[in-house]
Amino acid sequence: MDILLQLIVSGIAVGGVYALIALGFVLIYKATSVINFATGEFMMVGAYVCLTLLTYLKIPFAFVLVFTLAFAFMMGVIIERLILRPLIGEPVISVIMVTIGLSSILKGLAHIIWTADFRSFPDILPAEPWDLGFAIVPSALKWGFIFAIIGVVIFTLIFKYSRVGIAMRANASDQQVAQSMGISTKVIFALSWSFAACAASIGGIVVGNISGIHPQLGHVGLMVLPVVILGGLDSIGGAIVGGFIIGILENLAGGYIDPILPGFKEVAPFIVLVFILMIRPYGLFGKKIIERV
Amino acid sequence: MRCGDFKDTYVRDEAIFQSVFVKVWLALFLVCLLIFPFLANEYVLYIVNLIGIAIIGAHGLNLLTGFTGQISLGHAAFIGVGAYTSAILITRVGIPFWWSVPMAGIMSAFVGVIIGIPSLRIKGLYLAIATIAAQFIFEYVFMTWESMTRGIRGINVPDPELFGFRFDTERKFYFITLFFVVVGTLYARNLIRTRVGRAFIAIRDRDLAAELMGINLFRYKLTSFAISSFYAGVAGSLWVSFMNIVTPEHFPLSLSIEYLAMVIVGGLGSVLGSIYGAIFMVLVPEILRFGTDFIKDIPAFQHIFAPLREVVFGALIVFFLIFEPRGLAELWRRMKNFFLLWPFSY
Repeated sequence: MDILLQLIVSGIAVGGVYALIALGFVLIYKATSVINFATGEFMMVGAYVCLTLLTYLKIPFAFVLVFTLAFAFMMGVIIERLILRPLIGEPVISVIMVTIGLSSILKGLAHIIWTADFRSFPDILPAEPWDLGFAIVPSALKWGFIFAIIGVVIFTLIFKYSRVGIAMRANASDQQVAQSMGISTKVIFALSWSFAACAASIGGIVVGNISGIHPQLGHVGLMVLPVVILGGLDSIGGAIVGGFIIGILENLAGGYIDPILPGFKEVAPFIVLVFILMIRPYGLFGKKIIERV
Repeated sequence: MRCGDFKDTYVRDEAIFQSVFVKVWLALFLVCLLIFPFLANEYVLYIVNLIGIAIIGAHGLNLLTGFTGQISLGHAAFIGVGAYTSAILITRVGIPFWWSVPMAGIMSAFVGVIIGIPSLRIKGLYLAIATIAAQFIFEYVFMTWESMTRGIRGINVPDPELFGFRFDTERKFYFITLFFVVVGTLYARNLIRTRVGRAFIAIRDRDLAAELMGINLFRYKLTSFAISSFYAGVAGSLWVSFMNIVTPEHFPLSLSIEYLAMVIVGGLGSVLGSIYGAIFMVLVPEILRFGTDFIKDIPAFQHIFAPLREVVFGALIVFFLIFEPRGLAELWRRMKNFFLLWPFSY
């Protein structure tokens, strides 16, 4: 029983991080109908920038975070303008492949700039595990969870109540009407990519804090695909719920099935993914606009 | 000059070899290909063998993605299934290489059909994600099904043999590769002008319209997955006998992406495109290797090759998608058209 509870609690903690990264996918998909396969690389770049600033500038973590987010914002704008804008209206495969190409470029550049060495974050936050009585959350996971939840809440609030967020939602529901109301679709597209890059960067910093950084960190981005599909590609609430479900499921699979089949934890979400796609491809909360053939 | 080449029947328009001129040149080209191994050194032949295997795999993916419009990010998994089937049949059952190739193809085709079943309900982005899932699941199976695949230790495979003649060097293996490439290319070229091939193209252009015109989507989509995976299986099987070893690390997601890149850079929906793309994507890292040889002596740049390869690889994909979405095949066609009437192009 204790093990079960412990697994569920760490599942929830990991799920928070997944929810944050999934938000990066959903923000872009909702606005531009693109799945960004480079989300994982956005995380990796964000984490590296944060780490570099921390080690060289020696300023408080809060400032570093602001600088990192500013960098991510600019990166989002530039990438949208240079790479994604020319491909608007092209077939799905082109758009998928261009984000995959982008991920390859970012991975290579990170490898050249920061080398392939494994790095870990300095202890910026007090390290004390969280004792819930029935289960213990390790320090890194605890901070990860807290950051992820703050990030998720902020982005959800922006999306729900701010002027920009409302413009983004209007654009998502009908581009032509939104444009006739004076909302610039181009600006919204750029903003979506920027926000997604920011969300991914926070996710990257959190994951980097938990498990260290290396150029292959972006792999985590693909591991979040089941979360996005389970929750529904265009639903922010879905990304959050999906994150927790997959987090718990992954930990349960890790706890109970891994001893029999080593490494099963990694594929369990993908097995779930295949079933969701067969039964309910639009996910738990997604819009049912999938064309059946 | 081919400027007087008018086609007055559909049969001629659909012919594999469009004119006598083409036939003669292709025959000459084939002769060159047969002489080539006796002039080239082992390193060049090694690269050429890799290109040949990549061409077979790229043909398969182009039939599925370029002609039928079904995106697959799991091509490496099918290649892996073929490779493992072949390796296990040769080492455990003792079947000769020649029989293991078609059997690997059939096994891959079978797996491909199973993976293809979701394509009947989902398409586009969702299909891409489903095939990624398949890719990860198969990677896991290769790794953990130790009793069959021997896990990370891998399986060692002997060289193929025919009537006591061992294909143990790159030069000898070249002829096996060449045979399969020629057969595979001819089959693909022929397939797209048959009823099946035209059904594929109709499905790609608009699946609902295709169904209204009486094309059975269920049958043709699965046929496409089967043929595509058959090619992948053959490619995997050749690869195993060429490399003499197979381990799970040889079939990662990045290999699937590399094949997609070949098809895109070469030209989606073009048989020649698969060939150009495969040649291009295999040669680029080699050219880069030569390029980076000069700066290797500077300590700071010693480990630049691997990441640089990744950057160039990604940049090529992005560049082609933005500036030449129809790939090298289209570039080549435009160049040919330009020189056809040159210098009187107007």
